[in-house]
Amino acid sequence: MSANFVEVKCRKAISNSSEGKKGDNTKILPALENSEKETPYPRFGGVYKIESKPHKFCPGCGHPIVLKMLGQVIDEMEIGQQVVFLVDIGCSLLAWDFYNLPTSQTHHGRTVPTAVGFKMADPGKIVIAYVGDGGAYAIGLQHTITSCLRNDPITTIVVNNTLYAMTGGQSAPTTIDKQITTTTPGGKSEFTTLKGPELLKSIAKPQAFIARGSTDKPLVLKQYLKKALETQIKGNFSLLEAISACPVNWRTNAEQTIKRMIELEKIFKLGEL
Amino acid sequence: MKQFLMGNQILAQAAKDAGAKIMFGYPITPSSEILETWAKFCLKDTSLSILQTEDEMAAGFGTIGACLAGMPAFTATAGPGNVLIQDAFSMAEALRIPTVVMIIQRGGMSTSTVIYSQEEVRLTCFGGNGEGFRIVYSTSGLQELYDYTRKAFKVAWQYRWPTFILADGYQGKMMGEVEISNQQPVISNQQPILAKGVNLRNCYNLEEEIGEIIVNYSDEYNRVRERIEEYDEYQINDAEIILLAHGIVAAACKIAIDKLRKNGWKVGLFRPITLRPFPTKAASKLLGQAKKIIVLESAIGQLAELFKNELYWINVPLIEINKPAVGFTPEEIYKQVCFFVKA
Repeated sequence: MSANFVEVKCRKAISNSSEGKKGDNTKILPALENSEKETPYPRFGGVYKIESKPHKFCPGCGHPIVLKMLGQVIDEMEIGQQVVFLVDIGCSLLAWDFYNLPTSQTHHGRTVPTAVGFKMADPGKIVIAYVGDGGAYAIGLQHTITSCLRNDPITTIVVNNTLYAMTGGQSAPTTIDKQITTTTPGGKSEFTTLKGPELLKSIAKPQAFIARGSTDKPLVLKQYLKKALETQIKGNFSLLEAISACPVNWRTNAEQTIKRMIELEKIFKLGEL
Repeated sequence: MKQFLMGNQILAQAAKDAGAKIMFGYPITPSSEILETWAKFCLKDTSLSILQTEDEMAAGFGTIGACLAGMPAFTATAGPGNVLIQDAFSMAEALRIPTVVMIIQRGGMSTSTVIYSQEEVRLTCFGGNGEGFRIVYSTSGLQELYDYTRKAFKVAWQYRWPTFILADGYQGKMMGEVEISNQQPVISNQQPILAKGVNLRNCYNLEEEIGEIIVNYSDEYNRVRERIEEYDEYQINDAEIILLAHGIVAAACKIAIDKLRKNGWKVGLFRPITLRPFPTKAASKLLGQAKKIIVLESAIGQLAELFKNELYWINVPLIEINKPAVGFTPEEIYKQVCFFVKA
């Protein structure tokens, strides 16, 4: 239904402009019309909320890639009626109206316990906690660890961009060695880098699903997302970390961003743990 | 049916009888028996569940999560745990989540003692980065622990403000007879708050956006507050000196007043049961004619502050007797009031 809505809107826009004065638009219009026939306009699946698009994330951000993949997985698994989506504070809060799913923001680091509470009250739901690396591994680490230890049947998605992006690029537990952030202007050297999935693996039940993907490889990430949700449906804990880019706070251009992503993928090993 | 129970057991029993289905909690003296009693209930009744969380923040947010799913949920804490749990209740206030919390006050400041005080009044009424849109019942004895806990669940889900039972270690650890209701639960499982099509936020882009919401909340709170406000009075009609106390201190005041009355002194008691919203309408009617008001509390001016905020215009001399973190006996109240009667 929602996909039709977009198409109708687009067609209307095109037909309106073709009736109008002939200006520069006329050159573009035939191309648009052709492309409508050959390749469809961005099709929004069932769970994407059209009214909140375009999304609010910065250009080059990894969040929309994770969210796009997650939406596809939810649609393909046909679980849109069961999913409840809870988002942390930080850039992840911008996803509060990304989907046509019951969604709530929580407090910084407190998304996992809220998800646990919801799941206990309504075990028929598929509950997703969508958090950043600061929320999962710094201010909310005790919740992440304890939830994994209890094998709570929830799915935690951690978008790891190695810093606190919303507040202006400060150092996080995931910040890599020598990385320059606004609170480590000389390059980070004080601590080692926290690797969340590896940390959790030592306490996770064998049935739990713990993996790390990358926004650089969205289709692999999608497979992990599917497995993470399937694991929850089977009644076990799942956590998926997605290595993500933050060009704005990394102060990188496109080329440098890709280079940094490749560098990060060497430090944070991708795959299922 | 009468039972002989400890205050904390009564609170758990009352939550069960009210229709609560789930408790989240982290052990802290003097409130731990609530969690322990609920754990025993869960053994017998499979419709109930419990989660002993990793800290009070998780307990608070777990309670929020369950309420979002439409299940009556509660938690209990004290002292430093009350400080941590405010994280959750500022969100409950913002998103109108009907959490129920039992605060069993222990000594302030910091970790302090594990026994008794009335030092958590300000924190419970106004904790969090908000305006204190909450309902706080201050109980005074075992039967009230039971009755007001049952009521708290009803009121929380009716008005959708976070609701608190504010007791103290004396009430929590005290044992005695209590009348257990054989009536139906006041609440059953509700429609989920976080239902299809609902997107909730507590982070806004502009000051004006959140400003408008706070103003609307404030209007609504003020519109319904008279229906929520509750107070207790004792020998107040002809009283020239009115004692102002809440919680267990008020119970001691009543005994002292009986003795004072025998001496022919016209002393009465005004006791706010709801500290938020403060029973302003009743207080202005009953306290305006007094010659002296004496505030007694186991804190420094926390109750007096609530009173002065609401009834700043009352032209009656106000005497404050503060015993931070220390209880009152009826005998010493008698002596103190005698001193001010003669003065």
